[in-house]
Amino acid sequence: MKLIDIMEKVKAEVLCGSEFLNTEVQYAFGSDLMSDVLAYVKGNTLLLTGLTNPQVIRTAEMADVVAILFVRGKIPGKDVIDLAMENSMAVLTTKYTLYTTSGILYSEGLRGIEQD
Amino acid sequence: MDNIRYDFEIEKDDFERAGEASSSIKKILRQLGLNSGIIRRVAIAAYEAEMNLVIHSNGGSIVIEIDPRKVTIFANDKGPGIKDVKLAMKEGYSTASDRIREMGFGAGMGLPNMKKCSDDFSIKSILKEGTFIVMKMFLKDGD
Repeated sequence: MKLIDIMEKVKAEVLCGSEFLNTEVQYAFGSDLMSDVLAYVKGNTLLLTGLTNPQVIRTAEMADVVAILFVRGKIPGKDVIDLAMENSMAVLTTKYTLYTTSGILYSEGLRGIEQD
Repeated sequence: MDNIRYDFEIEKDDFERAGEASSSIKKILRQLGLNSGIIRRVAIAAYEAEMNLVIHSNGGSIVIEIDPRKVTIFANDKGPGIKDVKLAMKEGYSTASDRIREMGFGAGMGLPNMKKCSDDFSIKSILKEGTFIVMKMFLKDGD
């Protein structure tokens, strides 16, 4: 699913990386536990999280996450956005909760990552 | 390809810079043109090790060595050492504080994940002296 379609489905705002909205993501992963993101995500994934510290971007960078969608209306600080921009990452925010956002995107065909 | 080595000093509790060393490592591997799968494994293992040094240790270093056959990561710290390494290697076991957990870490996945990302993993810990981890990722044809 393209980021621009995801944005429309969950009424998200773009915080940075609007030039990447045509990027296609294969999977989504929702978690506030960055340790789990590192353990499970396998690339070409959209990360849904309510955590807004710089380690979210660092974790995404290491795990090849292509875009981050903050849920529950969270907006990170400028340092976090700057770090995302440095890493050519699109960052979006939606007012929906993690559960609702996941439900909407799943019903539109965006699947979770497959575990080994 | 000649052997390449980079050293990164990691400070205790430096959450602002935590991840910078691993980010540099990832960029170096990309510049060398390695395959994205091995870059990802090295980056994740290095980042888990870096976060462990920031969170749990009195400071230390991450060293990366690249030779034609493999990528090796050395994560060494100046203590305090791990009391029970076997227990620390168990998924879900963690001694991290609530503050660390609020940052999204301390789920007890770090060491097991480092092992999972490595083809060869060794850990030695001496109380009051430090913890010494060596992780090797072997390059295959096409990496």
